[in-house]
Amino acid sequence: MTLADLKRGNRARICGIDAAEQSVQRLMIMGLVEGAELECLGGSLGGDPMEFLLYGSALSLRRSDAQHFRVISTPVAT
Amino acid sequence: MPESTTINIPIEDLVISQQMTLALVGNPNTGKSTVFNRLTGLRQKTANYPGVTVEKRVGKFTLDSLSFDLIDLPGIYSLSPNSADERIAVDVLLGRVVGTPQPDIILAVVDATRLYQGLYLLQQLVELGRPIVVVLTMTDAAINKNIRIDTNALKNELGGIPVSEIVATTGRGMAHLRSIINEVVGEERNTSDTSFWPELRHSAKTLEKKIGNSSLTLTEIERAIIDGDPAAVSKLREALGANADAQIQKHRNTLCGNDPPIAVETRARYNWINKTLPQLETRAFTPIRWATKLVNWLNRPIPATALFFGLMAIIFQAVFAWATPFMDIIDAATSGLGVWIQSTLPSGIVSSFLADGVIAGVGSVIIFLPQILILFLFIIVLEDTGYLARTAFLMDRAMRAVGLSGQSVIPLISGFACAIPGIMATRVIPDRRDRIATIIAAPFMTCSARLPVYALLIAAFIPNSSIGFANLQGLVLFGLYMLGILGGVGTALLLKRSALRGPNPSFILALPEFHLPSLRTVLFKLLDRARIFLRRAGTVIFTVAILIWAMAYFPRSDSIETERLSAQEQASAILADDVLAAEISSINNEAAAAQLAQSWLGRAGQWVEPVFEPLGWDWRVSAAVIAGFPAREVVVAVLGTIYAVGSEANESSLTDRLKSATWPDGQTVFTLPMVLGLLVFYAWCLQCAATLAVIKRETNTWRWPIFAWSYMTAAGYLGALLIFQLGST
Repeated sequence: MTLADLKRGNRARICGIDAAEQSVQRLMIMGLVEGAELECLGGSLGGDPMEFLLYGSALSLRRSDAQHFRVISTPVAT
Repeated sequence: MPESTTINIPIEDLVISQQMTLALVGNPNTGKSTVFNRLTGLRQKTANYPGVTVEKRVGKFTLDSLSFDLIDLPGIYSLSPNSADERIAVDVLLGRVVGTPQPDIILAVVDATRLYQGLYLLQQLVELGRPIVVVLTMTDAAINKNIRIDTNALKNELGGIPVSEIVATTGRGMAHLRSIINEVVGEERNTSDTSFWPELRHSAKTLEKKIGNSSLTLTEIERAIIDGDPAAVSKLREALGANADAQIQKHRNTLCGNDPPIAVETRARYNWINKTLPQLETRAFTPIRWATKLVNWLNRPIPATALFFGLMAIIFQAVFAWATPFMDIIDAATSGLGVWIQSTLPSGIVSSFLADGVIAGVGSVIIFLPQILILFLFIIVLEDTGYLARTAFLMDRAMRAVGLSGQSVIPLISGFACAIPGIMATRVIPDRRDRIATIIAAPFMTCSARLPVYALLIAAFIPNSSIGFANLQGLVLFGLYMLGILGGVGTALLLKRSALRGPNPSFILALPEFHLPSLRTVLFKLLDRARIFLRRAGTVIFTVAILIWAMAYFPRSDSIETERLSAQEQASAILADDVLAAEISSINNEAAAAQLAQSWLGRAGQWVEPVFEPLGWDWRVSAAVIAGFPAREVVVAVLGTIYAVGSEANESSLTDRLKSATWPDGQTVFTLPMVLGLLVFYAWCLQCAATLAVIKRETNTWRWPIFAWSYMTAAGYLGALLIFQLGST
């Protein structure tokens, strides 16, 4: 499963990154690294780009970039 | 360490006599600019064009008779720059910008609600080993979200650097921040050797030992190893000779193996953050408030799109409806002044200069101040609340169709205020081709200087009637805005398919949280815009108006004057009372028109008239349009002056004078096709010297401004030609 598969309200933890592309490296600088936990806030018109919440920061990225982040889902915080 | 020992000796003495430079550094949207405004107040050089921009802003403030220069740097996430904008920030921090001293103290601004992300840059800033103060902003928002930050722990984990907590919007904590700055000034230069990725620091030190005494800092060597930073690499080559690249590569391989170096760096640094963060902050559960729920709902695609178009409709409505009462006041004041001058001063050169040149010229532009301020009010509020970034998110898909990304949306929307901040806002766009395509598209956006021209012509020639719910004048204005967007986006598409062909850019954007605008910031920026507008009216437009008046007034023809006097004499011999007055007024008007036609301006206008005749413009309109090339709003001033000089009765408004303008054969000049063509010309033509200068500066070549000017002028001319010719048949 990758970040691109998440739906609004889903939470997940990043477990692997294909870091070859420069845009992916930029996202890593912004905190999308292995172990980071985030929540999907939804998508723009047509579901692309997507928006994620990462430790208080809202971050938007395209599906094509989100596919480079493998995730495992984590339970929704109550 | 070698770097600091050389400067360590007389620093105390230097501090007293020298200006200290401070730099505000931090992630985007952490409230840097608000801190900047709090510290410097009105004592800042906001460059010429603030707003959405990233222009270098410098302000001054004093503490205990010490004087500080404060630089507000563009937001960055790390010392690995990714756009022109970020490069400036990094270069200033490393002391590489000519004319900007390396900051003596770094004010590292960190959003208390986004400590996770902020700590990454903070690590790199602390590792610079220069005096540094951490400024935690948004602490009120953090409290609302039940985030508690242990500032003592933060201070200790960062190697003992001072931390100050503030609420920039209310000014709480500012006094404490000032006292901390004062303490840091008095301290010895910070030579702390903290590193959060010791392996990298070790590599850098190994290389440093081989270099011996050089101008390279450890951070620069590190950036050479990780990013291959060109400036640092070339310095290393100078110091190490031909062997430099191999040695850098060796260290890179040891540290990173086959992985991309940045990926390895981010893993190492966030590893430290993930370990340390639990000791720095606690996040307790907060119930979601209804306001947050509302904002979240509005952010969903369909409500967000509806909101976007709703807002646009309100803005257009407001620009016309709200401004009218204020414009009426200014109009009454200027025309009253003109009439008063003409009735008190003897008619002649002085009276004409003041009434026709100064007041008719400058006054006809100043009248649009209310409209321009209302437009800016909306754009400033949209920017300040974080809504502009939302539109980028919303529009990314559409922009992808023309080969750009949502990141081009913010510059283009800023272009509705003024192309210059719009062009400067393109600095956040990483790819040069995408950036240039956006720069060339930005001047097509209907800027506030086009508004006077549109407003004048629409009010005069488009009937104020309604079609359904919509007002016809408003619809025409909306159409002109759409025409601008179409021109800009179409041009970007053409460029991305031809000269600027390249891969589709990616889209990565941190979306700022929606927050209520700060009244202080909004007023600050609005005042600034008013000042810029009035200064332009008082300088450029004033000068052009006077120049045009002089060209329209001189030379005076004696034969026309004698003819006028003799015609008046003849009339008084055979007519009387009202009929005589009407006859004299018409004789005077004819004489004034004849004088104008043989003036320098008249002759020059008639000379170029053939070029613009196919568009239905007489020589007066042609002369006004040509005079408007340095700054488009000048055209209104020039029309004001030309039609004031060319008539005697000064009580009628410019609108009435335009309506009654005729060709020599008596046909109306301002027919509907001609007016629509003129509007299209103004929608597309690039009549702004300042924009051309900024395009030159930002693209660093004359090629693009020359292209933009020729292309847009041709587009405007052809558009006007097409409409006039089609409409007149």
